[in-house]
Amino acid sequence: MAGDNDALPVRTGFLGWLNKRLPVDAFMRDQLTGYYAPKNFNFWYYFGVLSLVALVLQLVTGIFLTMHYKVGEATAFDSVEYIMREVPYGWLLRYMHSTGASAFFIVVYLHMFRAMLYGSYKAPRELLWLFGMAIYLALMAEAFMGYVLPWGNMSFWGAQVIVNLFGTIPVVGPGLVDWIRGDYGIADATLNRFFSLHVVAVPLVLLLLVALHLVALRHNGSNNPDGIEIKEKKGPNGKPLDGIPFHPYYTVKDLVGVGAFLILFAIVVFFVPTFGGLFLENPNFEPANPLSTPEHIAPVWYFTPFYAILRAVPDQRTGAVLMALSIICFIVLPWLDRSPVKSTRYRPLRWKLALAIFAVSFVALGYLGLKPAEGSYVALARIFTALYFAFFFLMPFYTRGESTSRVPDRVTLHHD
Amino acid sequence: MTELAIRSRSIRASMARALLGLAVGLVLCGAAAAAEEAAEHEGGHGESGVAWQSWSAGNEVTNTASLQRGAANFVNYCLGCHSLKYMRYERMAKDLGIPAAQLTTNLIPTSAKPTDYMLSSFPHAEGEAWFGRAPPDLSLVARYRGSDWVYKFLKGFYVDASRPSGTNNLILDGAAMPAVLSDLEGVKTAVLGAAAEGHAGKVVERFDFVTQGRMKPEEFDAFVRDTVNFLDYVGDPAQVQRRSIGLWAVLFLLVFTAFAWMLKNEYWKDVH
Repeated sequence: MAGDNDALPVRTGFLGWLNKRLPVDAFMRDQLTGYYAPKNFNFWYYFGVLSLVALVLQLVTGIFLTMHYKVGEATAFDSVEYIMREVPYGWLLRYMHSTGASAFFIVVYLHMFRAMLYGSYKAPRELLWLFGMAIYLALMAEAFMGYVLPWGNMSFWGAQVIVNLFGTIPVVGPGLVDWIRGDYGIADATLNRFFSLHVVAVPLVLLLLVALHLVALRHNGSNNPDGIEIKEKKGPNGKPLDGIPFHPYYTVKDLVGVGAFLILFAIVVFFVPTFGGLFLENPNFEPANPLSTPEHIAPVWYFTPFYAILRAVPDQRTGAVLMALSIICFIVLPWLDRSPVKSTRYRPLRWKLALAIFAVSFVALGYLGLKPAEGSYVALARIFTALYFAFFFLMPFYTRGESTSRVPDRVTLHHD
Repeated sequence: MTELAIRSRSIRASMARALLGLAVGLVLCGAAAAAEEAAEHEGGHGESGVAWQSWSAGNEVTNTASLQRGAANFVNYCLGCHSLKYMRYERMAKDLGIPAAQLTTNLIPTSAKPTDYMLSSFPHAEGEAWFGRAPPDLSLVARYRGSDWVYKFLKGFYVDASRPSGTNNLILDGAAMPAVLSDLEGVKTAVLGAAAEGHAGKVVERFDFVTQGRMKPEEFDAFVRDTVNFLDYVGDPAQVQRRSIGLWAVLFLLVFTAFAWMLKNEYWKDVH
């Protein structure tokens, strides 16, 4: 059936009229039915489409929430409770949006880890990785500002802590903090501008970046668990031997993944929407109060790995620098990894151990970031911070000239 | 107020509970539950005396009769000072199956309409003058403090002559609120032990009752549990409805995913 995908169908009537003016059929052929994806995608390859699902969920629920939310320090908290109680199914919209934020980060983190497992950031896909990192940065800004909007006490104090980090920048820091807040404290002006940025500016940037991410992906095609370029082995019809048309094969397969994702998503939304205080923190059900600091201020879980790094050092400025560096490390990953082989499957034990240490450190830092910065928690945070940075900083050394095993010519379908 | 057990409501509730059990079984929920449980156990300690730190409300928001009693308790004992500014009388009556006639005769102050929010007529400024702070709104107290905290608070009053109100509270030291339920519970003194090393909160050897209340201890306990249950409902009034809709949503998605999986297998038969 693969050969059939090349020719466009002959259209008459309305579809003929339409295709003469808009390349609907050509687009479908180039991007779906005639786009060949490697046939050996595994579980890890669901998280790209799931990120897209999460984005759409956030955009749609966000539009409806904006219809009822009233920005302003006197009205924001009350309007969120109004949504929860008086707007028909408002609680569903709000819980979908708050759960959606956490779900977005879960799938994005797994998507990023997939890229690390199979070397998807390597040539010729460095720019694809950079667009992905830009999406991740925009997403962090979006999530942070969104968390301020309900104007709960954790919104207020979380904003206080995060915005003050910019104050550690030498010379311009204090002025920059005032400029971000639009006031001398976190106040009405701050809430208003965060609303504007959260609802208009950052979503536009996100959509543009997602478009670029997808164009860059389609240009070179997806990597796969074997890290083999399928375009290098083509059949007589000029199609990759190890490729299958994206539609219908991956559209139906992704449908299963989306279904499974939505089952877990619905379980959280309907039965454990606060997820034990991880997705919605208890102090945020109390209105913002500049006179009452929550017992310990912790950001939502998806920021806690970086928050733990920030608090691992006693000096706030050094902490802020380390935190910035911990994110920059991700961005330069394609140039730190010197191995000629993409997939972890064909890389030595040394790399596998390094990747495992990184994964454990990231999760451990995430846990420690939720805990108060005292006693053994601080000592542990220091150890895992050191391991985290060792993974990145030493990478050029431990990946250079590594003894890789032979990469097969063709993809493997049943890998053990 | 008479108790109106509504059968269909409790059937739906038990179905929702069954699904909740299933959900908790999943790894995802298990993790959160385990974390929560671990956090609760951190508060307990194995020494002798009253382990008030591990007291638990154990309330069920699906128990409509308990919610109805809790609503009556709140209106009679709390609403004098504390508002529920996000809760309308009418919504409460609808959710708890309270007939309109009962609502107007027993629960609504004569000056209020059913569509009104449940506001206290207690003047804020005077509250600050009398107690040092105005009585807080309780719409969300069970959400930001937790049901267990509210339970411990309501049962945690003891005689303390050094306080202006004559009483103190175990979980909220220096509480401004007087022991308004002592008429029901009785007046109790707490024999305090030395604070354990590295352990937050007071150590209580035992309670001694100075005067007996109008209720037996188990009656008072049930009274507090019903009231906490009502506040739990008020914190998130859609929660019972949410769980019953969730059951159908998850069932639909299970069927959808099963069909998608069969469709995928059909298409992928020829991929080798």
